[in-house]
Amino acid sequence: MASLILDDLVIEQGQQRLLSLDTTIAPGEVLTIMGPSGVGKSTLLAFIAGFLSPAFRARGRVKLDEKRIDMLPAEQRHVGLLFQDPLLFPHLDVEGNLAFGMVREGSRQQRCARIHEALRSVGLETFAKRDPATLSGGQKARVALLRVLLSQPRAILLDEPFSKLDAGLRDEIRHWVFERVRHYRLPTLMVTHDEADARAAGGRIITFDDGCRVTS
Amino acid sequence: MSSAVAYRLVVGTLPWLTIALLSMPVASGVLGALMPAFGWLPTLGGDHLSLSPWRQLVQVPGLVDMARLSLVTGLASAALALALVVLFLGSFLYTPLYRRIQRWLSPLLAVPHAAAAIGLAFLLAPSGWAARGLSPWLTGWAYPPGYAFPGDAWGLSLILGLVVKEVPFLLLMSLAALVQCQAGERLAVARSLGYRPLTAFLKGVMPGLYPLLRLPLYAVIAFATSTVDVAMILGPTTPSTLAVSVVGWLNDPVLSTRFMASAGAILQLLLTLTALLIWWSLERLVACASRGWYRDGRRQCGDRWLGGVAWLAMRTVLGLMMAGLAGLVLWSVAGYWPFPHFLPRSPTVHNWLNAADELIVPVWQTLSVALIATLVSVVLVLGSLEAETLRSRPLQPWVQVILYLPLLVPPVAFLFGLVMMQAQAGIRPGLGTVIVGHAVFVLPYVFLSLAESYRRLDPRWSQQARSLGAGPWRVFLGVRLPLLLAPIVTAAAVGFAVSIGQYLPTVLLGAGRVVTVTTEAVSLASGGDRRLTAIYALVQLLLPALGFLLAMRVPRYVFRRRRGLLPGAD
Repeated sequence: MASLILDDLVIEQGQQRLLSLDTTIAPGEVLTIMGPSGVGKSTLLAFIAGFLSPAFRARGRVKLDEKRIDMLPAEQRHVGLLFQDPLLFPHLDVEGNLAFGMVREGSRQQRCARIHEALRSVGLETFAKRDPATLSGGQKARVALLRVLLSQPRAILLDEPFSKLDAGLRDEIRHWVFERVRHYRLPTLMVTHDEADARAAGGRIITFDDGCRVTS
Repeated sequence: MSSAVAYRLVVGTLPWLTIALLSMPVASGVLGALMPAFGWLPTLGGDHLSLSPWRQLVQVPGLVDMARLSLVTGLASAALALALVVLFLGSFLYTPLYRRIQRWLSPLLAVPHAAAAIGLAFLLAPSGWAARGLSPWLTGWAYPPGYAFPGDAWGLSLILGLVVKEVPFLLLMSLAALVQCQAGERLAVARSLGYRPLTAFLKGVMPGLYPLLRLPLYAVIAFATSTVDVAMILGPTTPSTLAVSVVGWLNDPVLSTRFMASAGAILQLLLTLTALLIWWSLERLVACASRGWYRDGRRQCGDRWLGGVAWLAMRTVLGLMMAGLAGLVLWSVAGYWPFPHFLPRSPTVHNWLNAADELIVPVWQTLSVALIATLVSVVLVLGSLEAETLRSRPLQPWVQVILYLPLLVPPVAFLFGLVMMQAQAGIRPGLGTVIVGHAVFVLPYVFLSLAESYRRLDPRWSQQARSLGAGPWRVFLGVRLPLLLAPIVTAAAVGFAVSIGQYLPTVLLGAGRVVTVTTEAVSLASGGDRRLTAIYALVQLLLPALGFLLAMRVPRYVFRRRRGLLPGAD
């Protein structure tokens, strides 16, 4: 797996500089970014994933090892994105959601088998035909991550991914997600408000405060 | 060509096609009426510019009365409808009554103008249902009384007919606007400061709501000052409104009258502009006059009795509409039904059976025009809204005006010019021209009804899909389209209903060759056969109602196992 390299990134809104970052995230490493609302954390993720709103401007390069990806359209970057909400497509069943994310490789049966194997790995093998709206919060979170993993991303971005889960569940899902990204050796960038998230990630923590990097 | 490039190309082109479809017929139509108005129409021998069409027009007896009638009925109906809507919203916003009426809005809006007008005419006419209900026990009438309805010289029946249709339209437009101007919050703040509900609404919400209602209101005024079908059914005949007269001159067998008709079409345009100008001045005046009123600190202004008036008036308007439609049903199955019996003596299905054969062709032509015009409009609107999300930039103000262009320029003025152009270019009138003409009117409504839901769709759905590797087509077809299926089919049903209701474009652009249930209903309404008229009016009403029923059922069926997409889901 490649490293996710953020090369001299600067994000600006109009004349105002929001944040700047220059770092490399190694395969399997989870880098946590913290800071109050409005410092541009989510904008940073949007830029890396390819959804920067025209209100912002960004300079610098995003690379996966040597390959520059910030000029590519979002769907060709292979950067998996997990939001606060699981965002399972409500018009597809669980299986359909996973199939939507999965890379088109192999025959239909092979792909179907991979989906079921993935569901089995998280104990949801009987949920293939279920309406996502009938799943519990933890189940939705699991399916959402499976969907991202099946798309074979080369890096993962987490946008406050655990903040909407119940306190009891949060810890469990958190550990499971970090275990998965390490297992697949994916460079991971997490944005969060929650110090427990940062501690559980166990990697470097960068705290932004009004555009200045405070701790590292 | 990669599919992403193809997508950008298609999505980049459709907004311009939309703009072209909305603006070109209107612009060329006005131009096409302007030239003959000054004597220029080579095919009819008009080869030099002159003022003689205008001289001829000025000499038409009763021209001033026609113009005044159009102006007064248009402005009065718009003012009444607005007052009613504002008082009702102010007194009943977010109450159970409001929610109940809200549920009835879309079906009420689907009732075509002509059907509503015919229902009203049959209800309130001297031998109508209302008079029968009150006779002879209350009124003592053993024979139909002699008052003039429809067609009273003052145009009161016309005003009433217009108000009945405009109130649901303005209410529906307010629904989206209320959300947009954060009416709930504004109202809560004003109420918590001790303002009574209506006063809180007028002082706290109206200043934010009115600017959002301005364009729909202008569309209402433009429609009311220039309507042809409603005025033919409910308006006075000697003289009729200007728009009705212009259509009459246009169909005059003496070809030279067409020069005068062109001048009349341009006069109609000026008249509608005048009406809008008058309204705009009144707006200024009210804004100036109320400046002090906003800050005088008074917490109530006759809330109770104004609320009562609003309640009564809204009930009356909706009641008239419903009773009119119920009356149509009775007339369509009436056998012998002498005055003053409240119900027909011998109900029969014969009327329907007799009409069935003749109904096939009009229904077929109505459906083909409406379906194709709606399909074209939905594709163009989806393309335009996709382009908007692609550029992640809201609509420019001038595009908004173009969207309203076909609703602001009186149809008589530009359709008439289009017919002239069409004749000169040698395009044969028929289904094709009628479909294009309908699409011009259908498109704005489809856009207005879909835009809000489209813009509100969480952008993270597309972002999630793209970060999973889906290209733009797949995001559109596989994610956005299914998520928006319900609003899209609703918008299509609205467009379908608008197309079915069109009278003038069908008559003018089809040159009488395209016969729809609407053209039949309107021409029957001036005759004496109430039973047949009622049948056509009901069919005209049933088709869009069927459309709305499908629009409600289809997404529910498709997503019956998807709770997240069923109505009422969060």
